[in-house]
Amino acid sequence: MNVPTMASLFAEGKQPEILFWVGCAGSFDDRAKKITKAFVKLLNKAGVSFAVLGTEESCSGDPAKRAGNEFLFQMQAVTNIEVMNGYGIKKVVTACPHCFNTLKNEYPGLGGNYDVVHHTQFLKQLVEEGKIGLKGGTYKGKRITYHDPCYLGRANDVYEAPRELIRKLDAELVEMKSCRQRGLCCGAGGAQMFKEAEKGDKEVNIERTEQAMETQPEIIAAACPFCNTMMTDGVKNKEKEASIAVMDIAELMSEAEDL
Amino acid sequence: MEYLPNILFGILLVIGIGYFSRNVKKLRRNIFLGRDADLSDNKPQRWKNMARIALGQSQMVVRPIAGIMHIIVYIGFVIINIEVLEIIIDGLLGTHRIFAFMGGFYDFLIASFEILALLVIVAVVVFWLRRNALKLARFVKPEMKGWPKSDANWILYIELILMGLFLTMNAADYQLQQMGVAHYEEAGMFPVSQFILPVFEGMSASSVILIERIAWWLHIAGILFFLNYLYYSKHLHILLAFPNTYFGNLKPKGEFANNEAVTKEVKLMMDPNADPFAAPAEDTAPPEKFGASDVQDLKWVQLLSAYTCTECGRCTSECPANQTGKKLSPRKIMMDTRDRLEEVGKNIDKNKGEFVDDGKQLLDDYISREELWACTSCNACVEACPVSIDPLSIIMNMRQYLVMEQSAAPAELNAMMGNIENNGAPWPFNQMDRLNWAEEAG
Repeated sequence: MNVPTMASLFAEGKQPEILFWVGCAGSFDDRAKKITKAFVKLLNKAGVSFAVLGTEESCSGDPAKRAGNEFLFQMQAVTNIEVMNGYGIKKVVTACPHCFNTLKNEYPGLGGNYDVVHHTQFLKQLVEEGKIGLKGGTYKGKRITYHDPCYLGRANDVYEAPRELIRKLDAELVEMKSCRQRGLCCGAGGAQMFKEAEKGDKEVNIERTEQAMETQPEIIAAACPFCNTMMTDGVKNKEKEASIAVMDIAELMSEAEDL
Repeated sequence: MEYLPNILFGILLVIGIGYFSRNVKKLRRNIFLGRDADLSDNKPQRWKNMARIALGQSQMVVRPIAGIMHIIVYIGFVIINIEVLEIIIDGLLGTHRIFAFMGGFYDFLIASFEILALLVIVAVVVFWLRRNALKLARFVKPEMKGWPKSDANWILYIELILMGLFLTMNAADYQLQQMGVAHYEEAGMFPVSQFILPVFEGMSASSVILIERIAWWLHIAGILFFLNYLYYSKHLHILLAFPNTYFGNLKPKGEFANNEAVTKEVKLMMDPNADPFAAPAEDTAPPEKFGASDVQDLKWVQLLSAYTCTECGRCTSECPANQTGKKLSPRKIMMDTRDRLEEVGKNIDKNKGEFVDDGKQLLDDYISREELWACTSCNACVEACPVSIDPLSIIMNMRQYLVMEQSAAPAELNAMMGNIENNGAPWPFNQMDRLNWAEEAG
């Protein structure tokens, strides 16, 4: 797989068009790594000039900030900004809505000004430009329901890009009863991913999985590595992993393209 | 003696409006106990939001039944104020239906008031049934006991009485007009109250005049009472929804403000020329508290929101934590903030303008840590609020206090933060392994 780093391109005196911000989940989590790879395959296929920071990337600080540790968040942000500004980065693409939100909205106040786009927005653009074809009938007539990640949807009003891609895949997009502005959280945001939930009647991801299952989907599409994990756990909890797949939009597309 | 009613009316008006102004002053003072927030930017957008959300009720119709009912009561309220203006002029000058000179237009106005009054009665009955007979989930949550519950019903009863008095007053007036009683010249059109006329059959003119006067006085006295009831009630939203939507957040919902007190510290830490052993100058102010543990640590706009909250519970019913039985209710966060702010205000009143420490605070005494840690920061509550309240911002400010002032985060979050600090990731992986995925198959 062709994955250039900013450092190596810099050594050759080259500047890529975009920085692919991989994020911690995309770098370390076994499930999320598959999303990262699928996205890189699509970038390579479309001939996009990109690079990653690799070992120079550090946590965006999102979980620290949502947990209330503003100090740690700002330390992370300032360090990351120093690295990115050092490379003169203009445009950032990421598959993680949490990194997307933080880099796009919270870094500018600390000196980091970039054009930040989510991978679904970027992929939509590549499809529109004809750089990715989306032929083939891999998903023809398949029922796909889409789970809105809070930090992509409500937090930043990105609702249509992922949906358009699903429709372009020739699949049947079925909506859950809570969708778009009223989408239900997967349960991982606000640093909940890293702790046990408070006492209640039910886990949030189970509630959300039940909503998804009401649409009788063959695939639950997600656009966030954390949502992906939470929904995958939910499907396993319901013992439906044989009949329902949880997939990122990038994975859907990379499979359709047989990459 | 001839002017006695006018003088009495004038006194009633002065007392009613005077007492209300006194409470408005108190309200203002309490709100500005909060920290500064500069919200003077982007005025055109702010006016637009206010027009759309408060005046245009755009967020109300997300739930169509409650939304349409609410719009009826709202329009009824706005339009009835024209009638109130006439009542005040009549009361002060001793005239009767002073706007009657408008002729056909006046007939149209009175007719539309009557139809709206009837619709308001219908809406109020439906609202009452939803609360008390159907017991909709969001109206029976734990925080909706005691005053919040009875307050909601009182509002409905008062509205019902006011509308009833309005229609009775009109009916008696219409009867007197038809009887040709002096002073009651023919004016107005009464499509609803005409059906009350049979009640007056056989009554003498003086009895009907008595009924008309009683209804007239009780109606205006009721309105003045309602005005003063507002301060003590969630019904304050009819006034504060306007400033609150004007000062509402204009940024993307996911953008949580960067705490400037922290930025100062971080800059100092990152500055290679800073002297780590330098003693602070004598006259420097004590460092600002990180985050919020009490109402004074919140921004004034958050306190304004606490007074604006209508306790409708749309936030709570959309909250994923609440839906899955956790203790968090965004509505309760707003109600607690308001209750604590009221307590602080009373403390200041009692102690001649100075707040004397009462050993209590918003954190723990009102809002528990369990509630704060149950939040997923998903913004569902913020999206759901019909009047641009942001309960999430209060939760985040309080988390900041817990973590940065008290080091009181749950142990697992401490571990996560330790990992970020040491490895640049929330998991215990080495930063040098960040690119390993590129080498792996698949």
